[in-house]
Amino acid sequence: MPASLIRLFRYRGLIQILVARDLKARYRGSVLGFFWSFLNPLLLLLVYSFVFTTVIDRGDIAGLEPYAVFLFCGLLPWIWFSASLNESANTLIVNGNLIKKVVFPVEILPVVAVLSNLCHFVLGLPILFGFLAYYGIPLRLTELIWFPAVVAAQLCLTLGLSMILAALTVHFRDVKDLLANGLTLWFFATPILYDMSALPGGARAAMQLNPFAHLAIAYQEILFHEGPFGHRKWLFAVAGASGGLFLLGYWLFDRLRDSFAEEV
Amino acid sequence: MPSAITLERVSKVYRRYGRGRRFATLKSALLTGSLVRHLSPKESFRALDDVSLTVGAGAACGVIGRNGSGKSTLLKLIAGITRPTSGEVRVGGRVSALIELGAGFHPEISGRENVFINGVMLGMSRREIDRRFQEIVEFAEIEDFIEAPVKTYSSGMYLRLGFAVAVHVDPEILIVDEVLAVGDEGFSLKCLDKFAEFKRRGKTILFVSHALSMVERFCDEAVWLDGGRKRMAGDPKRVAQMYLSDVEQAEDAHLAAEDARARQSSAPSGPPPPADREVDREVDREVDREMAGAASPDAADTPPDAPASAVEAPDEEAPAPDVPAQEGPENRPPDDMFEAREGRWGSGIVRIEQVTLEGPQGAAHVFHSGEPMTIRMQVVADRPVGDFAFGISIFSTDGVCCYGTNTRIEEMESNRFDGVGEVAFVIDRLDLVEGTYKVDVAVHKQDGFSYDYHRLLYTFRVKSNTRDVGIYRPRHAWQFSGNIRFKPLQT
Repeated sequence: MPASLIRLFRYRGLIQILVARDLKARYRGSVLGFFWSFLNPLLLLLVYSFVFTTVIDRGDIAGLEPYAVFLFCGLLPWIWFSASLNESANTLIVNGNLIKKVVFPVEILPVVAVLSNLCHFVLGLPILFGFLAYYGIPLRLTELIWFPAVVAAQLCLTLGLSMILAALTVHFRDVKDLLANGLTLWFFATPILYDMSALPGGARAAMQLNPFAHLAIAYQEILFHEGPFGHRKWLFAVAGASGGLFLLGYWLFDRLRDSFAEEV
Repeated sequence: MPSAITLERVSKVYRRYGRGRRFATLKSALLTGSLVRHLSPKESFRALDDVSLTVGAGAACGVIGRNGSGKSTLLKLIAGITRPTSGEVRVGGRVSALIELGAGFHPEISGRENVFINGVMLGMSRREIDRRFQEIVEFAEIEDFIEAPVKTYSSGMYLRLGFAVAVHVDPEILIVDEVLAVGDEGFSLKCLDKFAEFKRRGKTILFVSHALSMVERFCDEAVWLDGGRKRMAGDPKRVAQMYLSDVEQAEDAHLAAEDARARQSSAPSGPPPPADREVDREVDREVDREMAGAASPDAADTPPDAPASAVEAPDEEAPAPDVPAQEGPENRPPDDMFEAREGRWGSGIVRIEQVTLEGPQGAAHVFHSGEPMTIRMQVVADRPVGDFAFGISIFSTDGVCCYGTNTRIEEMESNRFDGVGEVAFVIDRLDLVEGTYKVDVAVHKQDGFSYDYHRLLYTFRVKSNTRDVGIYRPRHAWQFSGNIRFKPLQT
């Protein structure tokens, strides 16, 4: 396994070129082209903030003004996360030709899916920081240095899950449908639309088991909430667990690799 | 010679699953918690069975075999796309596999970008691609379209570009799967030149093809796979010859089975019911006369459904009265004689019980052009008859009558036939061009009234090494004056 991990690193050139292909191909033929990378999260943000500030008047968001910015802090990483998983679950089947007919390092397919969504995430960041600046929310360097760490932890978590999902979908196409619904549930079970502190004690304890909750809270604390970054301990825990998950996912993928060419 | 590819007792087993597995097992797999056990197969299929093989470095090796014999599996194993179930595959050097051309092309982006992506996928560095880009585009002959998205390419352009990238990878070992059928004559030649260049530079080539002549000409050795096993390996000419004769045997069996089926479905059920209605007979004669009209020699290109046995149906008096008519409506010829359909009809007083086509080695369905052929009929007469004629005709699959004759046309007067007999129609040289042919055989009265008519019930195939066209190959030779020269024959 260490050998195959090193191989993954050797394929970085191929990964890079495939990510670039994904990004180029995605908006090819549309009028706005690359702007959709900015527009998509913005439009989603508009919908959510309209629903949760105007349609449903909620009391608990009083402390979360401006709500749109709070929402955006959790929403942008979530889009990266959920889109990556959805694409990874599909990627081996969509690229069946590569698996069956060419000598191709299959493991890079989910990696490419995650990384190209990471690119969209990064492209969305200027909008997020623009919002923060517009509403005059102060950013402190001592907190901002943690931002890459959170992104790295999320990357590990997403890669691990992607590997597992990609490998399993080849054998059980049901995974795709389960995933779509599972992600909806996961979204509402994560403090993105609401603040953790609004939850009753029991629910809050259960929430500690949700790794993405800690990531969302970390993003919110670093970018939105004032005061020092207090969620550090949980971030380390999640990062450790994510690293483990990545290794587990990679191991499973490696284990099932030989069956892909026949099953896809 | 060091070996570039070595296979040692390699087997590959593909798994087949029972129906409904996809629906049932995720649940059960999760419930019992045994993913791995549920991924085990219900039944298996041996695509390759204990194959050992060595290809020396710098050799060109052809792989031949029927569809489903394991050729593609072998290539995939050597290319490293799948792994053997048991045994060992050792490959020395960079492999480029022309198995699926243009796999990994993205339809939305331009040819130029796809060349780069595909090149990296096949193991080239970007600098290498940069250096060879112009060469690749020129080879693919798509200079004008290189900036257009690949989805706008014709399938030929797509394959040519895929091919161009793959051969410019500069592999140690090139694996080629039936891709020479890419593009027009000119491009095929270019591909062959490219392969020849690879050979000159001492690269190893593994080559799967159904075009045996290509294997014979191009390869240093050949392997014949049959049902996942290695049947034979060695000199390409010998292997191809053995393979060809095996294919002919199989074809023979296939044609025999098909003919048997046609006879089964057209065989009269039980003995023909007795009926002496003059009207029916009159109708039959009417029809036979019509057929005779269509078969006049100068109408050779009209639908030649007319059986040769009816050619020159005489304007004679009513049939000789020695045979009372005994025919049922079931056994009448089809209403539309221009429809070339298998069938059997006739009164059944004289019957053709069995027909065999014989070549030099006995009963056969596959003949080589120029070989002798005998059409042998076992005939039975229920009672003595004095008025009879035997006829045969040969049709090509598109319905053209290649030849037809009968004993009456050849001015043989019938005298007497009773009991069981044998008729053989002996052809010294079957000078037909390659193709599939069908045979009519018949026994009838001199005026054309059918005793037993077998329409298109026998099939044979003619094989030929020459690609001449038409129907008939006259024995011939070319002669040239001294100043017209040809290159010596290449083998």
